[in-house]
Amino acid sequence: MSTQLPALQVVLPLLMAPIALIIRNPRFVWMLTLIVTWTTLAISLSLLMQVLDSGTITYRIGGWAAPWGIEYVLDKVGAFVLVIVSAIGSLVMTYARRSVEQEIPAERIYLFYTMFLLCLTGLLGITITGDVFNLFVFLEISSLSSYVMISLGRDRRALTAAYRYLIMGTIGATFYIIGVGLMYMMTGTLNMADLATLMPAIADTRVIQAALAFLTVGICLKLALFPLHLWLPNAYTYAPSMVTAFLAATATKVAVYILIRIIFTVFGGVNVFEILGLQNILMTLAIFAMFAASTIAIYQDNAKRMFAYSSIAQVGYIILGLSFASETGMAAGIIHLFNHAIMKCTIFLGLGCVALRMGGVSIRDMYGLGTRMPWTMAAIVVGGLSLIGIPMTVGFVSKWYLVRAALEADMWPVAVLIVLSSLLAIIYVWRIVEAAYLKPAPENAEPVSEVPLSMLLPLWVMALASIYFGLDATNTLTIALDAADILLNGGLQ
Amino acid sequence: METFYGLFNYWIVIVLMMMGFYMVIAQHNLIKKIIGLNVFQVSVFVFYISMSKIKGGTAPILTDGIEIYSNPLPHVLILTAIVVGVATTALGLALTVRIKDAFDTIEDDEIAILEKEDQERERGTIS
Repeated sequence: MSTQLPALQVVLPLLMAPIALIIRNPRFVWMLTLIVTWTTLAISLSLLMQVLDSGTITYRIGGWAAPWGIEYVLDKVGAFVLVIVSAIGSLVMTYARRSVEQEIPAERIYLFYTMFLLCLTGLLGITITGDVFNLFVFLEISSLSSYVMISLGRDRRALTAAYRYLIMGTIGATFYIIGVGLMYMMTGTLNMADLATLMPAIADTRVIQAALAFLTVGICLKLALFPLHLWLPNAYTYAPSMVTAFLAATATKVAVYILIRIIFTVFGGVNVFEILGLQNILMTLAIFAMFAASTIAIYQDNAKRMFAYSSIAQVGYIILGLSFASETGMAAGIIHLFNHAIMKCTIFLGLGCVALRMGGVSIRDMYGLGTRMPWTMAAIVVGGLSLIGIPMTVGFVSKWYLVRAALEADMWPVAVLIVLSSLLAIIYVWRIVEAAYLKPAPENAEPVSEVPLSMLLPLWVMALASIYFGLDATNTLTIALDAADILLNGGLQ
Repeated sequence: METFYGLFNYWIVIVLMMMGFYMVIAQHNLIKKIIGLNVFQVSVFVFYISMSKIKGGTAPILTDGIEIYSNPLPHVLILTAIVVGVATTALGLALTVRIKDAFDTIEDDEIAILEKEDQERERGTIS
């Protein structure tokens, strides 16, 4: 049984999606989805334990040996991301019922959960597969279902947001298969480990350089690296609350994971950063993202849009960490991937609670909410402090490692820029704090009560996690440093 | 000239790819954008099929006397990619129908104006 876990992880949500379609009853479908998400969390935790104990797990789909068959490969990075995705999925699903009931028409709820299951399948599949083309298929499964989930938002602008995301996402995915095709032309294989062994001999050819360029641009579209981020703000703003929380915490993170896999595993034997000057490009764009997106965030009236822009800035931090190509830098990137997933999930779940009671999430909706919805607002503030990088929150750990990586690489101006851009985060988080705690509630305000426990509990689990992993980062740091070590010294071996 | 004819398929791929890409960027009509996206994707299909062709090879069917045959794997990959492409097109068109219902237009620039109005109305009711 335990040898089949890697396949089960992906097959379970995939098979449950059509069953959800048959059940139709919103309540039962929600319960089914809830069970599936918690089961995938249990599976991914046990897989992580196995990987930590005995090293990389490989699984041959259908018994066909790699490199001909599709192989699932799970190393420490993969197992770590798998746990992040399934944990976020299960917490968000626990929270979802009330929020979904309010925001999505009753007759469409079962379709919504079906899409969620497919999206989860795609994200888990991307993380676990060791085959570049299989990865494309999972990428499209998760993307197509997330376009549908975004389009289910109440505002009509959700439709155009989904449409624009569809166009840009498809271009990104097509660029990715062009890159895969070019690699296949040169090597005749699609298996990541096999590609990694064949790559060094042909790395100097124009075809492989073109492949790398296509792959990088395609994936950067998916992970919304500045200036390829244009689909993100509207998609996050108008999507249903729980979709924003789920996608902000997982979809872009998994895209970052694909970038890590391509650059450090498939091109592991090649110094990718030397050819094409990829290091300089990524670092410059990352720094631009940190400043430009944070600055735009300050001027937003809609809190969801504000934090969507902040997500673009945070993706910048992750890419900045990777672009150092040092062990500390990689570890900083990976740990920020985890940390950002936690804090953004906290904030967007909190905003979902505000939306449930107030009907909107503009800054004005939050006037005086600090006393009227104390638990919700406190959780949002915890997430916000973490975004800034206050000590004792997870954000501090990642910023600390980022600054250290910059200093190790003798790039102190970059270190200064990291600190400066954090100051911008203070400004936009302060706007929320000011609205919630210092402004009085409008006079004709109807009394609001705190959200139900089923929403408050997952919210606070996330908020406490962002404090806990800030106080005691030993576990996550060990995994991140190990993962960075594996990635920099030869990938999947 | 040999290189030009020798790489004929790839020239077609590049021309189709750029045409499709340009349509996605330049067209304001949402349906035309999706057509452009399809042309863009088809160029990739042609690219995969072309690279699986081997000089003098026949169809990859296992019978006596056949020694050289085309690589069947890219064909299979492209079958998958075609399915993905069909799903994307279907979803894109479905979204266009919904957009037509909600905005009463499928011209990108007109939608942008309506969206701006939405945003201003939001600000207006708030303040």
